[in-house]
Amino acid sequence: MARYSIAIDVSRCSGCGSCFLACKDEYIGNDYLPYSLAQPEQGHKWMDLKEIEQGENSKVKVNYIPLMCQHCENPPCAKNAPEGAVYTREDGIVLFDPEKSKGCREIMENCCYGVVFWNEKENIPQKCGMCAHMLDNGEKAPRCVESCPSKALLFGDLDDPNSEISQYIAQRGDFAVLNPEYGANPSVVYRALPSPFITGEVILSDKMSECCEGAKVVCECSCGSKFETTTDFMGDFQFKHLKEGQDYTITVSYPGYKDFTTIVTLDKARDLGLIVLAK
Amino acid sequence: MEKVYTNLTNGGPVSVYVKDGVITRIRPLQIPETDFPKPWVIVGNDGKKYSPPKAFRLAPPVHGERNKIYSKNRILYPMKRVDFDPNGERNPQNRGKSEYVRISWDEALDIVAGEIKRIRSTYGDHAVTGMTSSHHNWGVVGYKMGPFGRFMNMIHYTPVFDNPDSWEGWHWGATHTYGFQWRLGMPEQFDLLEDALQNVEMIVFWSNDPDSTRGTYSGQESHIWRVWLKEKGVKCVFIDPYYNYTAAVMDGTWLAPRPGSDTAIAMAIAYVWITEGTYDTEYVRDRTYGFDEFKDMILGKGDDGYAKTPEWAEEQSGIPARKIISLAREWAKKTTCLSSGCRGGQGSACRTEYGTEWARMMVLLQAMQGLGKPGISIWGTTMGAPSSYKWFPGYAEPQGTIAKADIAKHKPALTNPTKQRLFRLNLPDAILDGQFSFRGEGFCGNSLEQQFVMQHYPIEGPVKMFYRYGGSFIGTMSDTNKWVKMYQSPELEFVVNQDCWFGGEARFADIILPACTNFEREDIGEWATCGGYTTNAHIGNNWRVVVRQKKCIEPLGESKSDYEIFRLLAQRLGFEEEFTEGNTELDWARKFFETSDICKDGDVTWEEFNERGYYLIPCPEDRKPTPSLRWFAEGRECDTPDTGNRKRLAGKPKELGTYTGKIEFASVSLRENLPDDKERPVVPHFIPWEEGYKSKQWEKYPLQIISPHPRFSFHTHYDNHVEWLNEIPMHRVLKDGYAWWPVRINPVDAAKRGISEGDIVELYNDRGSVLAYAHVTYRVPQGVIHSYGCSAKYDPVEPGKPGSTDKAGCVNLLTQSKLLSKNAPGMTPNSCLCEVRKWEG
Repeated sequence: MARYSIAIDVSRCSGCGSCFLACKDEYIGNDYLPYSLAQPEQGHKWMDLKEIEQGENSKVKVNYIPLMCQHCENPPCAKNAPEGAVYTREDGIVLFDPEKSKGCREIMENCCYGVVFWNEKENIPQKCGMCAHMLDNGEKAPRCVESCPSKALLFGDLDDPNSEISQYIAQRGDFAVLNPEYGANPSVVYRALPSPFITGEVILSDKMSECCEGAKVVCECSCGSKFETTTDFMGDFQFKHLKEGQDYTITVSYPGYKDFTTIVTLDKARDLGLIVLAK
Repeated sequence: MEKVYTNLTNGGPVSVYVKDGVITRIRPLQIPETDFPKPWVIVGNDGKKYSPPKAFRLAPPVHGERNKIYSKNRILYPMKRVDFDPNGERNPQNRGKSEYVRISWDEALDIVAGEIKRIRSTYGDHAVTGMTSSHHNWGVVGYKMGPFGRFMNMIHYTPVFDNPDSWEGWHWGATHTYGFQWRLGMPEQFDLLEDALQNVEMIVFWSNDPDSTRGTYSGQESHIWRVWLKEKGVKCVFIDPYYNYTAAVMDGTWLAPRPGSDTAIAMAIAYVWITEGTYDTEYVRDRTYGFDEFKDMILGKGDDGYAKTPEWAEEQSGIPARKIISLAREWAKKTTCLSSGCRGGQGSACRTEYGTEWARMMVLLQAMQGLGKPGISIWGTTMGAPSSYKWFPGYAEPQGTIAKADIAKHKPALTNPTKQRLFRLNLPDAILDGQFSFRGEGFCGNSLEQQFVMQHYPIEGPVKMFYRYGGSFIGTMSDTNKWVKMYQSPELEFVVNQDCWFGGEARFADIILPACTNFEREDIGEWATCGGYTTNAHIGNNWRVVVRQKKCIEPLGESKSDYEIFRLLAQRLGFEEEFTEGNTELDWARKFFETSDICKDGDVTWEEFNERGYYLIPCPEDRKPTPSLRWFAEGRECDTPDTGNRKRLAGKPKELGTYTGKIEFASVSLRENLPDDKERPVVPHFIPWEEGYKSKQWEKYPLQIISPHPRFSFHTHYDNHVEWLNEIPMHRVLKDGYAWWPVRINPVDAAKRGISEGDIVELYNDRGSVLAYAHVTYRVPQGVIHSYGCSAKYDPVEPGKPGSTDKAGCVNLLTQSKLLSKNAPGMTPNSCLCEVRKWEG
C-alpha cells in the first residue's frame, strides 16, 4: 500500500504563495463530501506560508516554510476525538469526517503543529486533506504541489522506492520530520529548514581598503561539533544550520596575523560585523 | 455537470471548471501528458541535461483568478454619479466624493453617446480623449488596442501616449548606447538560458527581482531555471536597496546601495577595470565607439573633473570601497552575466532621476567585458528558453489588433486625422494648465530621432471628455494627487470609466460602465505573446501555448464585453457596421488565427484548435541556438529572431541600432541631437538627485522611499480584488479588520521614531500622506523605506479632497512627477523623499 507524503525543500521555496492560493481556490466555497466541507472565505490557512526573516545589518536571510497538516502516523489530533472523527486512510492521509468531528474543538486544540482551523459556521475542525478527493479521482498531485514552480513541494509514495519523491529524498539525504519530539511521526518531511547562523566580515589591519579573501574561520560548538570555512571574495563568512541556545567559539586566522577569537551564545542569528585582524 | 474551459491570463494559461454556470476552480492548464511535444534539452557545462517540467507555472496571483472574477469589487451595473446631470449641473468638483446610483444600460449608453456627439459638435473631434491601463485582460481580440483603439480612432480622439513606465532609463538612455530602440531599449534575450547553463559563473542581479517581476507575462516559468543555476553553484550578487525575493531564495551576496548611487557604483567598477587593465581591450577597440572620452570621465579628466573612484562611490552609496573593488575584480575574473532588470532591461533604478545614466552604465559595463561573448550577457534570467519562432499574433502588434490589422477593412488607428497628442505622465498638467509640451512619442520604437520630437498640446484644441478604461493610475503613476485635481477640473466636462473592477480611479467618473473579464467572452491568445516591441516574448516560457480563450460563464451582473459596449455606442453614433464589419468577437478570433503560422503551415486547423482549446507549438529538434548579441561580438550578421531589428531591415545586419552601429561610450545620437544637454550628456554622467540623499529636501524628509513593481499584483489588477492575497505574508496585512499595505523600515530608523512592528504609520511629504503597516526589518538599510507600488485601492480619509491621507497604501501619492531629466520624459517614482511617523489617527 502507498504512503503518500509531501517532501518540502525549503531551499527551493521563494515564498511565491502559489500553494497557498491554489489551496484556497480548491476549497473555498467547494464541498467535497464525504471528504470535506467548504473552507470559509477568510481566516483558514490549510496551506500556510511562514515567512522567517533572520540576521542583522546586511547579513539577512529570508526563508519560507509551507506548513500544513503533517499527516501523522500517530496523529495527536485523534486523541480524545470521537470514534471515526479523525481517520487515517491506508495511504497515510489523515482526514476529519465532517459529520463525526462536529463540535469537537479538541481535535483542533490537540494538534501540535497548529494546522487545524475551526469552521464556525459548520462547527467543525478543518485542515489539509492532501486533496484526497482529487487523488481518488485519478489526479496526480494535490493542488499545492501542482502549483509549485520549483518542485519545492514534491508529492508521492514513500513506499515506492522508484517514485520521484523517494528518489529525491534519497538523493538529498537530509529530509526530516518537523518536531520529532512530538512523536507523531508525520508523513510530510522537510529539508533546509531555517536555523540560526553566524556571519561576519574579516579585514586585515594594514589592508583596511581591501576585502580579505581566504581567511580561515573555525566555529566550534560547546556541544562538540566543529565547522570550518574560509572568507569569500567579499571577505564574508557564514556558518549556517547552527543550534539556538548553544555557545559557539569563532576563531579567525590569516597567515602573518594574530588570531581573533570570540564566543557567541546563539539566541538568534548573529552578525559579528567587521573583524579586524591585527599584525 | 462540471465543464472545463480553456482560458489565458497575463500570468499563464488556465483550465476553468464550471458547474451550473459558476466557476468553481481555476487550475494551471490541464493537458494530457501525451499532448506535450518533445521537450527541449540543454546540456550544461556540468554535463547535466536540463529539460522543463511538463506543467505550466502560473504567476502567483493567477491562482486567485476565481476570487478576482467574483470579487466584491466587480462593477456589475452601469452607474451614474448622483450629482451629475448632463443637461444641468455637472458638479465636476464632486468627482471622487459623490456616490453613485445604478442606471440602465440604455440610459448609460444614451448619456455617453450623447456626450460624445455634443462634445464633438461643440468643440471638434479632438475634444474627446481617452486612455487605458495595460494588461487587465488577455486576448488578441479584446485587448485594449482592439475594441478601445478601434472605437476611439473611429471618432478621431486625441490619443494619450503611454510612457515606458517599467523601463524608462533603458528606453531613454540605453538606446543611445546600444540601440535596440525597436525593443524600446531592452536587449535581445534569445537562447540566453542555454548560454547561462553552459558558461556563466556569476550573476550580478542589479536592481532586479525576477521572482517578483517574472519576465512580465511568463508566470513563474523561469523560477526553475534559477534553481538550476543555484544548485549548479553559480555565484549570485544582488545590488538592491531591498533584500528582494530572488535574493532570499538564491542566497547570495547582498549589497544595499543608497538609492541614487547605482550609477556611481557602476562608474567605480569601470574605474577599477580601467586602472587595473581588466577589461576586454580588443572588444572595446573593435566593437565600441568613444571609449577614450568615457575613460577620461571615469579617471577625472572629463568636464566634471573628478575621478570615479571606489572611495567616491562609497560616499555616495554607503557601500564600502573595498566591496566595490572586490566585486569589480570578481566580475572581471569570472564569466559574469549582468541581470539588470526582468527582461535584461527594467529594474527600479531606471525609474529615477537620471535613470538614463544607470541604464547606459549597465550596457557599458558589460561592453567592457565583451557583451555577447559566451556568458557575458545582459540577461534578466526570465527569458531565453529554446523555442520555435513561428509567428502568432500578439495583441500589441499591428497585425494583432482589430484597430490596424490587415484582416480588417477599416484600420482607424492608421487613419485618425487628429494630430495632437497627450502624454500620460503629464496628463493632469496638460488638463489643468490647458497646455503642455514634451519630447518624444511615448514608446519610441521606430527610431532614435522619435525621442527628440517636440510635442505641443494643444494643436486642434483642448480636450473636454475623458474616457478612462481599465486599472487605476492613483496607485501606479506619480504624484497622483494631481490626478485627483485633474478629475475635479471643470475643463473635463465629461468622464467615463469602463472597467471590470471598482479600482481607486473609477470613483472619479460621471458614468461607470461595467465591462466583463476575458472569462466571460470569446477570444484567442498565446501565453506571454504581447508582440510589438517585444518580439517572441514567449521565450520566457518553457512551452509555447496558444489558447482558445473560451467564454466560461455569462457576464456577471449586467456587465458586457468591451467589444459589445463599443458596438452599442457605435450603433448609437451610427457606425456600427463600420465598427464590427459584421464580425462577432469569435469571428475576429478565427480571422486572427488564420493569419498565424500554425494555421498557414497546417500544424493545426481552427476546428481542432477550437475543439481542444489549446495548441502547443513544438520546439524544433534541430534547433540552432543563436544567443543574443553573439553575432555582434563575433562581428557577424544578426542571426537572432529579433524580427524588429531595424538595422537588419535596413540592410546593415552587422550593426547595432546606434548611429555608429557600435556600442557607444560617447553617444553620437545625443551629440548630434542634443549636444548641450547636461542631464543626459554624450558620455554618461553621475548627477546627484534633486530629491535624494543630502539634497535640500532631505533635511526635512530624510527617508528615501522606493516602490518597485509588486510581487502579488500585476499593476493594479490583482491587489484588493483578490481578497485571498490579503492572507499571504506581507502582501497586505490584516489588522483591526483592515487590509493594510506594508512598508519596510530598518530597525534603527524605526527605533528613532518610536515605531514598532505592526504599528500603523503615516508616510508623508509635501505632496501627500499615506498610511501603512510598519514591518521593521533589516531587509532595508538605514535611510530607506521599501513599499511596493500598485495599490489598487485608494481610500482617502476625506474622499474627493486632493492631498487627503490615503489609508490604502497608494504610495504614488507621495512620488514626484519630475521627469528623468529635461529631455527624457520618463517617470521617477524611486527618487522620492518622505518622513514616517506613528499614526495616532
